[in-house]
Amino acid sequence: MVAQRKRLVVLASGSGTNLQALIDACADGRLAATIARVVVDREDAYARTRAADAGIPCDIVPVSQFADRSAFDTALAARVAVAEPHLVVLAGFMRILGAGFIDRFAGRVINLHPALPGQFPGAHAVRQAHAAAVAGAITHTGVMVHYAVVEVDAGPVICQQAVAIDSDAPASALRERLRPVEHALIVRAVRIALDRPTRIEIGPKPGVGDPRGDRTLRDIHALGLADVARVASRSVIVVSGLDEADAKRLAAELLVDPVTEVATLGGLPHADTIDVGFHPGVTDSTAETLLQTAHAIGFTGLSAVATGTCYEVVGASPDALQAVATQLLVNPVIERYAIGAHVAPALAVAAPLAEADVNITSVRLRGLDDVGLAAVTAERRLALDLAEMRVIRDHYAALDRDPTDCELEMLAQTWSEHCAHKTFRARIDYTERGADGRIDPAASGVVDGLLETYIQRATETINASWVQSAFVDNAGIVAFDEALSLAFKVETHNHPSALEPFGGANTGVGGVIRDIIGVSARPIACTDVLCFGPQDLPHSDVADGGLHPRRVRDGVVRGVEDYGNKMGVPTVNGAVVYDRGYVSNPLVYVGCLGVLPTGSHPTAAQPGDRVVLLGGRTGRDGIRGATFSSMGMDHATRTVAGGAVQIGHPLNEKQALEVVIEARDRGLYHAITDCGAGGLSSAVGEMASVLGADVQLESVPLKYAGLAPWEIWLSEAQERMVLAVADSAWDELVAIACAHGSDCTTIGRFRDDGVLDVRFGDASIARMDTTFLHGGRPQRELVAEWSHPAPPEPEPAPVSLVSALLDTLADPNVASKQDIVRRYDHEVQGGTVVKPFVGVHADGPSDASVLVPFEAAAGTRGCAISVAIAPHLGARDPYAMAWAVVDEAVRNLVAVGGDPDQVSLLDNFCWGDPKKPDRLGALVRCVRGCHDAAVAYGAPFISGKDSLNNEWTDRDGTQRPIPHTLLISALTIVPDVTRTVTSDLKAAGNVLYVIGSTTDDWIPMPTPDALIGYRALHEAITEGLVAACHDVSDGGLLTAIAEMCIGGDIGAVVDLAAAGDLPTHALAFAECNGRLVVEVSPSSAAAFEAATVARRIGHVGGTTLRVGSETVSVKALRAAFGVG
Amino acid sequence: MNTLKLPVLVLRAPGTNRGRSAARAVQLAGGRPELVTTKALIHGDVRLDDYRMLVLPGGFSYGDDLGAGRAWAALLRAHVSTQLQAFVDSGRPVLGICNGFQALIHLGLVGDDLGERGATLTDNARGHFECRWVTLNAAPESRCVFTADLEPIECPVAHGEGRVVFSNPATHERFSAAGRIALRYAPSPSSDGYPGNPNGSTDHIAGLCNAAGNVLGLMPHPEDHVTATQHPRRHREAARGLGLALFEAGLRYAARL
Repeated sequence: MVAQRKRLVVLASGSGTNLQALIDACADGRLAATIARVVVDREDAYARTRAADAGIPCDIVPVSQFADRSAFDTALAARVAVAEPHLVVLAGFMRILGAGFIDRFAGRVINLHPALPGQFPGAHAVRQAHAAAVAGAITHTGVMVHYAVVEVDAGPVICQQAVAIDSDAPASALRERLRPVEHALIVRAVRIALDRPTRIEIGPKPGVGDPRGDRTLRDIHALGLADVARVASRSVIVVSGLDEADAKRLAAELLVDPVTEVATLGGLPHADTIDVGFHPGVTDSTAETLLQTAHAIGFTGLSAVATGTCYEVVGASPDALQAVATQLLVNPVIERYAIGAHVAPALAVAAPLAEADVNITSVRLRGLDDVGLAAVTAERRLALDLAEMRVIRDHYAALDRDPTDCELEMLAQTWSEHCAHKTFRARIDYTERGADGRIDPAASGVVDGLLETYIQRATETINASWVQSAFVDNAGIVAFDEALSLAFKVETHNHPSALEPFGGANTGVGGVIRDIIGVSARPIACTDVLCFGPQDLPHSDVADGGLHPRRVRDGVVRGVEDYGNKMGVPTVNGAVVYDRGYVSNPLVYVGCLGVLPTGSHPTAAQPGDRVVLLGGRTGRDGIRGATFSSMGMDHATRTVAGGAVQIGHPLNEKQALEVVIEARDRGLYHAITDCGAGGLSSAVGEMASVLGADVQLESVPLKYAGLAPWEIWLSEAQERMVLAVADSAWDELVAIACAHGSDCTTIGRFRDDGVLDVRFGDASIARMDTTFLHGGRPQRELVAEWSHPAPPEPEPAPVSLVSALLDTLADPNVASKQDIVRRYDHEVQGGTVVKPFVGVHADGPSDASVLVPFEAAAGTRGCAISVAIAPHLGARDPYAMAWAVVDEAVRNLVAVGGDPDQVSLLDNFCWGDPKKPDRLGALVRCVRGCHDAAVAYGAPFISGKDSLNNEWTDRDGTQRPIPHTLLISALTIVPDVTRTVTSDLKAAGNVLYVIGSTTDDWIPMPTPDALIGYRALHEAITEGLVAACHDVSDGGLLTAIAEMCIGGDIGAVVDLAAAGDLPTHALAFAECNGRLVVEVSPSSAAAFEAATVARRIGHVGGTTLRVGSETVSVKALRAAFGVG
Repeated sequence: MNTLKLPVLVLRAPGTNRGRSAARAVQLAGGRPELVTTKALIHGDVRLDDYRMLVLPGGFSYGDDLGAGRAWAALLRAHVSTQLQAFVDSGRPVLGICNGFQALIHLGLVGDDLGERGATLTDNARGHFECRWVTLNAAPESRCVFTADLEPIECPVAHGEGRVVFSNPATHERFSAAGRIALRYAPSPSSDGYPGNPNGSTDHIAGLCNAAGNVLGLMPHPEDHVTATQHPRRHREAARGLGLALFEAGLRYAARL
């Protein structure tokens, strides 16, 4: 496509000096344009002569020949249109043009006006400005060129220049001084307008419907802005390097569906539009895909793309527009907006970084005292404490230098809570007190490392035969069968999700999937557990600088949906918790399960191997994420730590996954890890922790130029993997990467002396001893205290079991989660054989999901995964909470047919500030509970993660820690997936049993013997004796039975007294460990009773649930649960 | 009729995610599937003419960043439109599932009428992605080679842009009269048929074919129901409605050509 000279039409009325300026600029090459035609409105305009001298055709359209202005506009427009102008320039044209002209050339008419924007519109601007200066009202006037709108001398300004007024000189002198300014400015404005990227807006055709606009309108009304009548939304795509005809063609061929959509080019904003676009540097995957696809189909001139969204909010006051923009549409962390104008598209490309510009700064630590060290860590947000800073200072003092900024940042990332888990490795002085305040000496004392003392010890004690790798790699690995292994990992992405819910959750999913790819496994399932504030929270209760829980939930769910679905990994299991404790600090737990041939994951890089970076490019996104998530948050966090947010591009990760799996099967790498928190610094740092490595940062492929070396090294740009590759395997790896369109680059070599040498060109950016990097951190010493709370007065018993039951089913924590879960693809890969929803209408809750990996699709062996979370127990007793969630996670597996004797566990702690003794004391108790419960169930921990510092500090200093929250995820083998069960009741006449005892304690008691009952139940399921099974959790026994009725759309008769010797309401609703409800056909009842210890509590049938003298229809249960 | 030897091209693209499931379905149905990347087809490493059936599987080709299936269609049109058209004109069966259906629409192969786009796929009526099982019935007026004598199929949908709309009611009538409506959702008794019709499609349409009947696009995933254990109600009722039947029908037809 050859660039053609753009065509101008110039309209003039007078002497035409501005026309002359344009003629000259076209002639001498300052403008790559041709004046195709000049149009004047007066016979005597000297502009005619200038046009004739330059050989430009000139028309005269005298206004007097027309009946009215609109006829004049139409005729003039017709005359101008003949020249097919790219731009129409009003250069001293003294007629007011109406909509008949302006709209025909919308966005392509520019006007010069000798005044500054907003001042002196109309024909006498210079005289009026002079008079105002004489009166002392102003000192300056000026010249502007703007896009013409129907309003006179108004419209978006292209450029302007101020000129001082000498009020002693006559007005004619001012006019003369303005002329050269006009001549320069008109040329400049034409150049800017011609080079202007083309803005394409794509909206629904009339009558088609605008779901995005409708949703926005609902949200606006929910904000209380009832006056807004309508919202129209349009997608915005700004393209640069194409002329209008090509832009039109691009829109038609690639962007617009002719049945449902319509595109407009170069439109101007209305007063009521809110235009939203990304900040420069934020990943814009739509723009990336468009650029690549357009090039591939022949639009080679396309040089840059930016995307955005434009909302027309009809009926909103200026204040309301502002509120809609800031509270609803725009996240300032990643986006910017304009009201009544267009945001500048993020097309800019920064100048490349020359080697000479590489600026290495040392950070002076030598000689600093504690105050000085504290200042350094605070100023740079390093999240290092004094003891750590002292060690760093002394280490470099011994080397007789100061650390470079990059080295210091690298230490901060590597030693961050996020990466080093220093609280879990700390020496803790723990004190435990009873409710009476007295110290319990047996429970108190020093704990030397929570991880080692409790979590890892439990795994060692159990010594399970199926565990192949625990704690050492990106994910835990266990046996599936003789040929395959399973890898399981759960992560959190809480702080990023608080700041930018979509991006935070999105990259959380991307990150945990990468953890699985990082152990050479193919991801086969995702889990997600989300904790939000109440959705009906008054807006006044949202913390300053935070987001409303609805907005958080909306973004998080879309983020999980987007990444998991696009990766082709089914999201099969999870939970949603609503609690006021999560208003400012939501929790986003994301898990991933993978499968790999046993023994196929290599973990030893060799000296001389290439350090290979695979996947996405590196940008300025997510810098300092690891340290950011290792601190609390407050009202300013969004501003200060905005750069820590990443935006995902799942397609890049999907392609990287394909490459890794093929490379694994051909044995092309010696080691692999993902690039997560801390970026290359952490990934290469860990992989080279023994060997050391040389890294050349200028080799790293960048999204855009201009990154400083330390930014390249620390960027947490997503979708990147690091591999150790021998020279002999390199060509084959490149070929695979190329076939999948993935970037694959050598950025260094592994050494053999434990030195990590990072350079940019010849400049040394960091040179570190990996022994110090990974082993130099001093052990943290912390103080912890736990005081048992006194139990509250028991709540009064409910008057009606049925109304209490309906309330429970309608509680957001119990009610159906279909509105969220169905937005995740739980079917992709075809292996989900027990699904998230079960029953006649597929709307009953499932206890766990059962999967058959594609690699094992020929057989009947499968695996089950479950989660359990009970934050309401955290304040009562975290030890009991740990027991409760371990038990529930195991019980969920057993309920669907999982083997209770092959369970593996993952622990994920989300806690407040561990430097506060009460938070840490609760953590110590919880970790002890994890140990004791895991050992009792014979279920080892294979992986875990902690996310601490989940606290929000209000402007007034009030701290809001989250509830102590432990998530347990569990995995086991299902020996035969044809022998699984679901929770929905199956048939009238079947018998109902409860397994386990009902107790009514404020703090649920541990059930160390529950495993015996679970084994018996598993046997019964395997023998085909069980028709349905459901675990008893939130809402107790009656709620569990109601959920089974809901799934089966069938009633039941229940005799609560048969469940134990407690008051009826306690039997109905008490929450305790170890119980399941089981449905058995009459023909299997005797065998079931012989095989298990179970109490018969009723039978199935009818259309109502009858409990004692009360009855409720299944229809009413379903309605309360939200599926009616 | 022996379909065992029939080579079937299952076309992948960056972001498609049900290619392997589609290949498995082809295999279980008796064909010989080959997973080929779009890149390899564009490069000429393989030729469509060497295959007896073509499957465009589901997923998010090129991230669906430009709208579902659009980039995929634009690339195929720019580089292989001649051989693709020849394949279609030869009468060999083409099956586009979900994202593959969306691509067929943008290629003009199943949604065009009188030389322009008459039917398309747009945002679900509920405005978001949804995953659930549905029941599909062959439209009685269908002249599609995949759906002749087809018993009802049960399989999942998993999409956000699956609502079939026509440019106007007359177009809808022409599609119906020409037998180009191939599959319909069994609607629920609610006013809009939801959730049986999961996306608000006009006339509960789940699949459209070309005028010759050899190119079928459908939103649901028959490849996700190829064994009885995949059925969501298998714990409570006898197995039925295997999606495999659709693949078998396509292969049988291809074998007769």
